[in-house]
Amino acid sequence: MIGIQPIDQYARDISDEKQASVIDGSSKGTDKRFHVLHHDYPDPDALRKLAAAIKDHTLHHLGEYLEKAEKALIQRGVNVHFAATDEDARQTILSVLRQHGVTQLTKSKSMAAEEIHLNPFLIENGIECLESDLGEFIIQLDGDEPSHIVKPIIHLNRRDIAKTFLREGIANDYNDDPETITRRARVHLREKYMVAQAGITGANFVCADTGRLTLVTNEGNSRFGMAPVPVHIALIGIEKIIPQEKDLAVFLNLLGRSATGQQLTVYTEFINGPRSANQPDGPEHMHVVFMDNGRTDVLASNCKEILRCIRCGACQNVCPVYRQASGHAYRSPYGGPVGAVLSPLLFGSRFPEFADLPKASSLCGACNEVCPVDIPIPDLLLRLRDKAKRESVPSAGAIPMSPFATLATSPSLWRTAMTMSKAMNHLPIQVAPIKPLQDWLGQRTLPDSHGGDFRKWMKERKKDRS
Amino acid sequence: MASQLQRPSGKRVLLMGTCLCDAFYDDVARATVEVLEHLGVTVEFPDNQTCCGQPAFNSGDWVASRKVARHTASVFAGEQPVIVPSGSCAAMNFHGNILQFEENPDAAIDSLARRTWEVMDFIANGLGITKWPGKFAEPTRIAFHRSCHSRGTGSGEATLALLASIENAIITPFGQDEQCCGFGGTFSVTFPHISGRMGSLKLDHLLATKPDILVSGDMSCLMHLNGLAVAQGRPIKHLHAIQILRNSLP
Ligand code: SF4
Repeated sequence: MIGIQPIDQYARDISDEKQASVIDGSSKGTDKRFHVLHHDYPDPDALRKLAAAIKDHTLHHLGEYLEKAEKALIQRGVNVHFAATDEDARQTILSVLRQHGVTQLTKSKSMAAEEIHLNPFLIENGIECLESDLGEFIIQLDGDEPSHIVKPIIHLNRRDIAKTFLREGIANDYNDDPETITRRARVHLREKYMVAQAGITGANFVCADTGRLTLVTNEGNSRFGMAPVPVHIALIGIEKIIPQEKDLAVFLNLLGRSATGQQLTVYTEFINGPRSANQPDGPEHMHVVFMDNGRTDVLASNCKEILRCIRCGACQNVCPVYRQASGHAYRSPYGGPVGAVLSPLLFGSRFPEFADLPKASSLCGACNEVCPVDIPIPDLLLRLRDKAKRESVPSAGAIPMSPFATLATSPSLWRTAMTMSKAMNHLPIQVAPIKPLQDWLGQRTLPDSHGGDFRKWMKERKKDRS
Repeated sequence: MASQLQRPSGKRVLLMGTCLCDAFYDDVARATVEVLEHLGVTVEFPDNQTCCGQPAFNSGDWVASRKVARHTASVFAGEQPVIVPSGSCAAMNFHGNILQFEENPDAAIDSLARRTWEVMDFIANGLGITKWPGKFAEPTRIAFHRSCHSRGTGSGEATLALLASIENAIITPFGQDEQCCGFGGTFSVTFPHISGRMGSLKLDHLLATKPDILVSGDMSCLMHLNGLAVAQGRPIKHLHAIQILRNSLP
């Protein structure tokens, strides 16, 4: 098939400025993240493996742990909902909001909400929905899409943001000083918090033993969002369960270090349930929506390890392909290595649409090296390539491999091909009418052929010695 | 990769020359033989070998790659260590093959996995050689690109230690050394723009340190990098680590 892979097209067309932002934002802090982990733990790999084992155990018994968590939550006075699909999740949330007469709310950062495009859906249904995470707030102003799990605006620079603020009336003059930008956003958001009637959040972890939600942020925005409102809704992927509170020690220590090189994120909130009689503020009503949306299918696949993911973004930061193509090239809220595995699986019937993503990797393994839950991402990418081939998903620029296999299993043919390639000084692939192959050759020079020379040398050497 | 823990060592080995050396880099295969023989190792080269099957494996055609892997496993049957002058092809033998046969494990494939060594890893961790008695005539700056397929194996450290022990060798550290060069076999063909940009960035970092020689344990990385470098008018002398060991011998 002649053509260009969608993600490669992104890398070809990306503007220099955007790419500089992405490369800078993702490579910055690599050393810090490495050192904080290796300085504090003599054997971080053991810790990563422990985290992986806890997650695997939980996923293996997910049904039981979900039930346990549900019971504990109900006991705490939380309303628990289950949503099988994205549409179920959106409708559940909308009906809860309607039931409480909510017309205005603030939302803290949640990948689950991004995944189901909750924000535009609520706005379409007449509910004013304001993103309170600074990055997501800017994305919302721009009508843009986040391009990184932890740093949604990694693709922007401060000049872009200052322009947006001026255009949208958040500021009266152009000022690209980061502190000023933050202060201006804060003034704007504070007012909104006070008039909101509900707060929507995600959750990083749910402890099955107590039903307690754990939420980490660096801006404290989710606390602000919850403090003054009567209703709190948490949208949570079912894989966010961990067995017990004491497991949090493993995950919180890994999450902050892997995501941002912090020993602990600035705000770590433990949410017990709706406000109790002696609490001065906090929502009176709390709803938890556990969302499946393809996760049980992933669990049944041969790539279930991806469900261990704690959304730290470390794999994105180190990924050379992500750095070159940007998160937007992955065409879903999950960019980079995690997205290359998750998107094709999670959006089940859309597999062919995302089948280029698992192929867009040199399999360098940098992602696995930094993943706090030791997900063997390159292996999963390979399994997905195998799946695409078995399901005959067409792929632009793919080189047919069965002639290669025939050649590589016929030693005498192979030897002849080697000597011939030397005689003609080019490989047969060099004239193939495959566009990416020609693009590839256009960018580089191949070495001269020495086909078969080593074999000849080896034979003569053997003769000489016998 | 647990099976790699009990890899056999010894002074009689089979050489897996790799298809790249077969087609382009005959001197790398020659250097492998010469260095091993210098260390008293008898090297045998099974003539029916072709390729490890990685191109088909990485492009997702596992029907094709399993066929090639079975062929390779039968060519290298036996008990002897299999030595490969490529971290990438070695990893195919001990990791990729296990993955593509995970649903139907195969004794010959397992055996090949257990016996495969990347050559520098073999010299350091199989034969126990940690210092190389070589010498450069004058101070020589070496930029060592650790190939990605040697992540998690002993190869990178072994190579670095051996190179650094050569008299007059100066290992020059460079920026973002954990980043991939962008080759990835068929990846670089199917995604030429991403791959080309990755390679150019790598070259920027490497060349900034003004090395005399660019060294790696994988000719595929070097072929890609030099191919780009030549096209961009900044060629660089590049050698496999095993060539450095041989060339530096008195
Ligand atoms: S896959 Fe691993 S490294 Fe990537 S976001 Fe998830 S937990 Fe972090």
